[in-house]
Amino acid sequence: MSFAPEVLERLERDAKEIIARYPKPRSALLPLLHLVQSEEGHVSDDGIEFCANAVGITPAQVTGVVTFYTQYKQQPVGDFHVGVCINSLCAIMGGDQIWRELSEYVGVGHDEATEDGKVSLERIECNAACDYAPVMMVNWEFFDDMTPAKAKQLVDDIRAGKQIAPSRGAESVCTWKQASRVLAGFNDGRAGEGTQAGYASLRGLQLAKESGWEAPEPERGAE
Amino acid sequence: MTTLTPILTKSWDRPDSFTRTAYEADGGYQALRTALGMPQDDIIQAVKDSGLRGRGGAGFPTGMKWGFIPQGDGKPHYLVVNADESEPGTCKDIPLMMADPHALVEGVIISSYAIRANLAFIYVRGEVLHVIRRLQQAVAEAYEAGYIGTNILGSGYDLELVVHSGAGAYICGEETALLDSLEGFRGQPRLKPPFPAVAGLYGGPTVINNVESIASVPSIVANGADWFASMGTEKSKGFGIFSLSGHVTRPGQYEAPLGITLRELLDMAGGIRAGHRLKFWTPGGSSTPIFTDEHLDVPLDFESVGAAGSMLGTRALQIFDETVCVVRAVLRWSEFYAHESCGKCTPCREGTYWYKQMLKRLEAGQGTEEDLETLLDLSDNILGRSFCALGDGATSPVTSSIKYFREEYIRHFENGGCPFDEAASTVWAGEK
Repeated sequence: MSFAPEVLERLERDAKEIIARYPKPRSALLPLLHLVQSEEGHVSDDGIEFCANAVGITPAQVTGVVTFYTQYKQQPVGDFHVGVCINSLCAIMGGDQIWRELSEYVGVGHDEATEDGKVSLERIECNAACDYAPVMMVNWEFFDDMTPAKAKQLVDDIRAGKQIAPSRGAESVCTWKQASRVLAGFNDGRAGEGTQAGYASLRGLQLAKESGWEAPEPERGAE
Repeated sequence: MTTLTPILTKSWDRPDSFTRTAYEADGGYQALRTALGMPQDDIIQAVKDSGLRGRGGAGFPTGMKWGFIPQGDGKPHYLVVNADESEPGTCKDIPLMMADPHALVEGVIISSYAIRANLAFIYVRGEVLHVIRRLQQAVAEAYEAGYIGTNILGSGYDLELVVHSGAGAYICGEETALLDSLEGFRGQPRLKPPFPAVAGLYGGPTVINNVESIASVPSIVANGADWFASMGTEKSKGFGIFSLSGHVTRPGQYEAPLGITLRELLDMAGGIRAGHRLKFWTPGGSSTPIFTDEHLDVPLDFESVGAAGSMLGTRALQIFDETVCVVRAVLRWSEFYAHESCGKCTPCREGTYWYKQMLKRLEAGQGTEEDLETLLDLSDNILGRSFCALGDGATSPVTSSIKYFREEYIRHFENGGCPFDEAASTVWAGEK
């Protein structure tokens, strides 16, 4: 185990808290992997060994889980991990062109990071924001209605060290490691930031209000 | 004419809609108080009477699912919310949890109480950071208010609720794969029976329901089963969120009674984008066979969509106009299924791989008409031959596109490549 003692102590404290949420320790494995990823930015051999010890299984069993899930990275990703949706709908609405131009512009391919370690790219599958296609994600925050030009600007801003703001999410995108910690189940206190709903999410509601359409009133007397 | 019925989406335009204060101000957590004063079986009966069917795609009656949980068996029961929304085209649960996480939390508490579970999980996909924050915060706020924890509102009922993030695997939206994932394993489906109601999480009786199903429960408790059943059709009762995406003028979320038609929804959404016409669409995500402009008036309820040869699924209406190459769309979906197949069952693992290879060749204009027969034969060897429905879903776009657009496949061979201009389909087409 090559984690520094103070790191190990912190990880063990957090791991204990995670494991306590579940009736059986192994259920904590996915959050624990997010936790070690929040420490190192990816899941290293040390991280695998830590998780194995924490829940009492072998490193091989942990590795089998790590390789199954695309969010666990076995190679370092950038501080800002940029996803471009290339599932059918986003691809057709322009995601394919965004991917081609962005990948060429940044000079890296799928699941690769720039040499400065700031940006990595991934071809992602449907991220449940189809009404905002073409969609991109940065550290799993939504960037809606993207274009090739906006995508390049986004990466320029990241590399220039500017704060970037998602369309629907926190006021600024946190780092990959910080995001991983939230996925491990540690509330970062930023839930109150950002919009409650994007414009497309509200279209039906707004039309209903303009048209005077409502759900039927319940018959109170019948209860 | 069918009109919209905002219920789940009703509070979404309130800027603080995701807070407990806002939710309570709009009457939230009153249904919980009502429910805790009811015998559990009465709640199960109300959900049965409402006719609510699972909103995650399969449409199984929710109350019946709850009724399968053995009572008085002395075992711990579990409620697991499937918030792994990943079916291509489906984008309703994510905005719901972002705007109104307390509706889900209240639904979880009532549902857990009804099935006598003292531990519940929300299994949310890991790729939606801000939604996870909102859920974590909502759960924390519900604990603070005494809606979750021990002796909830003095009722003597105890519940713990854990928000659990997945890690990027479409298959975990399949309920038994989700359970394996929640137990810390690779997310691979289990053979059924036994069904989760008998042997689910940790081998205990478990109910797994979709976000929208659970979020609908407080409204049923508050307004009554009859109120819910007054909407929709005879066998597909109630309301649902319809998600329009793609080549429509105003894509978005439209909450309506089941049985509304695409023609009606398109009218509301401003029609197909200007200067274009409808070519094909999915009624309920990529795993449901595609429809064409022949199907504009099919009522979007479980029975009618089924009778017309597809499935209502998740009401994920992905709309494609005449600029879109159907072969390209189907290839992309096939690549998705090949990527997401968990590898457990041979027909799905190998079949989706072959789909990908063959469709790539066809799209490049290098196939022959005989390949279409091979694709259909391959589909027969995938459909119904695996543990779960992923492989079945993978066959839907392939077989339905050959059914409606065989000529278009053939044009690829004749043309020696794709006859479509990809740029014409983009959002920014014609801007330069």
